[in-house]
Amino acid sequence: MLERGEVANSWRRERWDSLRLLTPNWQTRLPGQRYDGPDPDGYQTMGEVTAFLDAYATASGAPVRTGTNVTSLRRADGGYVATTSNGRIHCRTVVIASGACNQPTVPPFAEAVPKTVTRLTPFDYRGPAQLPDGGVLVVGASATGVQLAAELRRAGRPVILSVGEHVRLPRTYRGRDVLWWMDASGLWDQRYDEVDDLARARRLPSPQLVGTPERTTLDLNALAAMGVELVGRLAAVRDGRALFSGGLRNVFSLADLKLRRLLDTFDEWAAGRDIDVDPPERFAPTAAAETARLQLDLHSSEVRTVLWATGFRPDYRWLDVPVIDAKGRLTHDGGVVDSPGLYALGLPLLRRRKSTFIHGIEDDARDVIDHLARHLAAPR
Amino acid sequence: MTIVDNGVNVKALLDAREVLKDAAEAAQFTWRATSKWQKGVHSTTTIQNFFGLGQEQSHKAEAVFDADHPEVFAAEDNGITPIEYLLVGLASCLTAGVASVAQNRGIQLRSVESTVEGNHDIRGILGVDGDVRNGFNNIKVTFTIDADASQQEIEALVAQSQKRSAVFDALTNPTDVTVEVA
Ligand SMILES: Cc1cc2nc3c(=O)[nH]c(=O)nc-3n(C[C@H](O)[C@H](O)[C@H](O)COP(=O)(O)OP(=O)(O)OC[C@H]3O[C@@H](n4cnc5c(N)ncnc54)[C@H](O)[C@@H]3O)c2cc1C
Repeated sequence: MLERGEVANSWRRERWDSLRLLTPNWQTRLPGQRYDGPDPDGYQTMGEVTAFLDAYATASGAPVRTGTNVTSLRRADGGYVATTSNGRIHCRTVVIASGACNQPTVPPFAEAVPKTVTRLTPFDYRGPAQLPDGGVLVVGASATGVQLAAELRRAGRPVILSVGEHVRLPRTYRGRDVLWWMDASGLWDQRYDEVDDLARARRLPSPQLVGTPERTTLDLNALAAMGVELVGRLAAVRDGRALFSGGLRNVFSLADLKLRRLLDTFDEWAAGRDIDVDPPERFAPTAAAETARLQLDLHSSEVRTVLWATGFRPDYRWLDVPVIDAKGRLTHDGGVVDSPGLYALGLPLLRRRKSTFIHGIEDDARDVIDHLARHLAAPR
Repeated sequence: MTIVDNGVNVKALLDAREVLKDAAEAAQFTWRATSKWQKGVHSTTTIQNFFGLGQEQSHKAEAVFDADHPEVFAAEDNGITPIEYLLVGLASCLTAGVASVAQNRGIQLRSVESTVEGNHDIRGILGVDGDVRNGFNNIKVTFTIDADASQQEIEALVAQSQKRSAVFDALTNPTDVTVEVA
């Protein structure tokens, strides 16, 4: 196992200070290791996740070579050769587990933001104190964007949040964590070959969820109540002006409709089952302000910082095997890459809806490693 | 099972989607209109040819659109105002979307009607007040749909039709427009 940094590197180096997992403790599990503390419904801090992974590395005795950066992987007679910062390695099979979120995605027009405005990605951001005084434009309203918008607003900053398509979820539903419902109803086990539009499902943004001790919902209504101003998707930056889409109401209603459909699914599943849950609830539609602004002058000092919460993507610049599509995505069938002996793990909906998450790895790894073992056993 | 028929060839659309997945070039269309000044603020715009699927294409017949302004604008009213054409485009695009999505989702439509209202402060175009924009302040579309579907399914049809609408996008998001003198 080659790791360019340390065990749990992404959790140590690529997360902001206040972040907690949005998945509850009881769900934070790896094969043979689960949370056994006093608060199964709580959410781990970065220190706790790191400790959890360190403990797993020790207990499993995984042969991790830290500080070993893979700079190239090529095909070589019957297998692959990896060039690393600590020499070359020949091998018959390779599992790419380098992560789905190596780089923040930033829209192409980010360059057009005036240089007088501080521009940050979630990889640069640690906390509100680091930003210049004044207002912040947070672009993107998925998990990262809503969490950072709330944190900045709570720190007293004027915050404008640019909202595109998003996934709205309540933190708890009928008295249970909404992720309990995903798990218990079997939704998270839905397989990649059962999903209608796989390409789209794999691009689905992260849900508007935050892990807090209070288990509060952080949807757009909650943000608006805190005084965060909601504007449409950032469509362009032209002549120093940010131009927002006028389609805000549509993204609200798309998310509200999908939420209602999801809750219907949960209710149908729960009906007739003997489970301890509260009665069904429905949530108020996302409230649209009378008018949402369509433009923001970035030269005015209204906003001093733009924070790009526009998603993450993997970095395959080291991968010299032709298995990357025009969009920079790895081509694979449930983790089996179209190059004999090459495999992938840890990508969104790799084999199941839960593949994106820490607890999703167990079933995926079993399936993928089965295939890998068969490949190794096959006569050459 | 009853057969749903809204007169939309969804199979052809889905086939096209499959074919164009790896053929970005063929997917590049250019829509064209040519316009000619008549008199006053009256013009006629003609549409027949367009480019797409890698070659020149043509509508079955040429279509001619008159644009003018109403008498309250001291014009002859030989046709609707240019900004009203945007309403035509939006309504017809969303309606086409509703029909296609309904077909794809197996929902039989009986009637789809909509009213489109664009609120427009004409002090902008008249230069009365520099803070007033030239275009619509806002547009409201109201659909009345009779279909074999629940209210929630109908709302989802309408939401999805906006999501995939060329005209909705063109109106809600900025577009780079170049105007030149030949
Ligand atoms: C902001 C954020 C919040 C998240 N919150 C949650 C959550 O609450 N719950 C949850 O279950 N999931 C969450 N996730 C998803 C989480 O990333 C995955 O669940 C899981 O941690 C992925 O583990 P991984 O080992 O596949 O990838 P990573 O954790 O990204 O690990 C990949 C490792 O590969 C190393 N690496 C990469 N390239 C090379 C190379 N060329 N050479 C050597 N080493 C290399 C990296 O240093 C890194 O340590 C979150 C993700 C992000 C970005």
